Amino acid sequence: MNAPARRIIALRDVFKIYGSGDTEVRALNGVNLDIDEGDFVAVMGSSGSGKSTCMNMLGCLDTPTHGAYRFYDVEVGDLSHDERALLRRHYIGFVFQSFNLLARTSAVENVELPLIYKGVPRKQRRDLALDALDRVGLADRFDHTPAQLSGGQQQRVAIARAIVTAPAFLVADEPTGNLDSARSVEIMRLLQGLNADGITIIMVTHEPDIAAFARRVLIFRDGLITQDGTPREVLS
Amino acid sequence: MTFWDTFLMALRAIARNTIRSVLTALGIVIGVASVIAMVHLGQAATLNVTQQIAAMGSNLLIVSPGVRRFGGGGPRVSAKPFELADAQAIARDVPDILVAPATTSRATAVFGNANYTTTITGTTNNFLEIRDWHLQSGRLFEDRETASGAAVCILGKTLVDNVYFQQDPLGTQLRLGASSCQVIGVLASKGSSMGNDQDDVVLMPLKAVQRRLAGNQDISTLYVSALVDGTTADTQAAIEALLRERRRIRDGAEDDFNVRDMQEIAQTLEATTGTLTALLGAIAAVSLLVGGIGIMNIMLVSVTERTREIGIRLAIGALAKDVLIQFLVEAIVIASLGGLLGVTFGVLGTWGLTAFMKLPFVLDVQMLLIAFGFAAGIGVIFGYVPARKAARLNPIDSLRHE
Repeated sequence: MNAPARRIIALRDVFKIYGSGDTEVRALNGVNLDIDEGDFVAVMGSSGSGKSTCMNMLGCLDTPTHGAYRFYDVEVGDLSHDERALLRRHYIGFVFQSFNLLARTSAVENVELPLIYKGVPRKQRRDLALDALDRVGLADRFDHTPAQLSGGQQQRVAIARAIVTAPAFLVADEPTGNLDSARSVEIMRLLQGLNADGITIIMVTHEPDIAAFARRVLIFRDGLITQDGTPREVLS
Repeated sequence: MTFWDTFLMALRAIARNTIRSVLTALGIVIGVASVIAMVHLGQAATLNVTQQIAAMGSNLLIVSPGVRRFGGGGPRVSAKPFELADAQAIARDVPDILVAPATTSRATAVFGNANYTTTITGTTNNFLEIRDWHLQSGRLFEDRETASGAAVCILGKTLVDNVYFQQDPLGTQLRLGASSCQVIGVLASKGSSMGNDQDDVVLMPLKAVQRRLAGNQDISTLYVSALVDGTTADTQAAIEALLRERRRIRDGAEDDFNVRDMQEIAQTLEATTGTLTALLGAIAAVSLLVGGIGIMNIMLVSVTERTREIGIRLAIGALAKDVLIQFLVEAIVIASLGGLLGVTFGVLGTWGLTAFMKLPFVLDVQMLLIAFGFAAGIGVIFGYVPARKAARLNPIDSLRHE
């Protein structure tokens, strides 16, 4: 029914090694991973399994010690600090467990922040930010500060901030980790909706019921991907 | 990212923490205000000295008996006073000058129920011209009054205020100690300076004071004015030569009188107040430096406190450069606002202090601009270290920072 999706991410034999000799820690121990446009990937694994390191790498916050990370046609490992910052600015949206909104700053200003760095003119910035807030269902709260919003609402603002630049993919690090189950379901429905609209999402989670909202589930263990399949295959 | 966006971002960050921002800038405020107040006060003092000396008359030489002592404060060796003949000889032998012999005596002036103790100066009409005094009302001494030492007097404003209140003193008899005089004139006010009331003066003919109040023929001071500009040095030399001869001072012996050139004194005083101004300014500048260190201190704390915010900014696409500029601009804005407040308080302080100390109020706009620029510069210098610290943060660690 549709043309084959383009490949966004390709990890080949990626190692991330901290320290050396006796104290050497292999956070990633030869990871191979392909993610195509439109995918919704849940990453699971116990702490220390390497999933966070992998997410940082996919988010271009970190670079591999060995191996190749191709982002579209770009080899991320070859990029400088600032070049990776530009990549994040234009292609990647971040959602964090603890929302990480700027305090005492209104929702719309929080959402505008990435656009400021992108150099979008003021007027257009406000319009784009209000659109993004509308997509997460918070258009009427645009002038509320984080303190005036509930946890679920704060996470929606954070999602609006992540999607406002129309990124190639969204990196979500335990987006429901600080929310109760009802709020978690709301956020996951929202992410599913965004995914249905074409946004690629990679999400870390501990909870199988949250991972079940994804199209694909990866299980990390000792720096390697040990399972990779649909939620039904992996979680059963 | 435009500069305007950066600037607004800095203003917002400052507004988010108003009290802390004000406290951060406080050092700069105090530093700038004290530099401005001190330097302006110094300039006002210098101006005052200059005005005061100008008010004493231009090209003025003051000749008094006694050995000249540099540095002041030393005991004045008593020497014999001048005589009227000395003044006459100077007037005759030294060209292009005006001479006024003077002697002073203290007495209590009484009129009606009021009394006021003052200094009475016995002199001639030349004194008014040399010292740049002008009559407000009445007349000068007539030649026969000067020659005979008539009991007439010209009053300064202080005396009119303190003894006559609102009444017209002209034509009245004013009692001076055991004697009395008829008031023939009132002097125009010269005002007071540095707590020295210049209007506290009573003038009488020389002979009247010598005979009626002092009881001797002495002349304590000779006021000489060179009528041609730039000849005071020559005039001084001529007077010294003449007086040495008249007072029979042998070659090589020290003068037992001294001639003071008011311009020379003015220069010395100006140099002194200038040095004092520089010194006060330097001390105030130290507080400005301390203010700068205060900014650095708070900005460093702020960077640590906002590590997570920096992590977010870096994650969503800020370059290290953007973060550096953001924190640098914040420091500069805080310092500049401090500078602006400092200039305001400095000017107000100067105004208040000069009014209190009865000094002229001068405003050196260039000085204000320099002080403000210096404050902003301090923001750059002391804001750089914290800003660089912020820019060097690693986004992964910063996002985990609690």
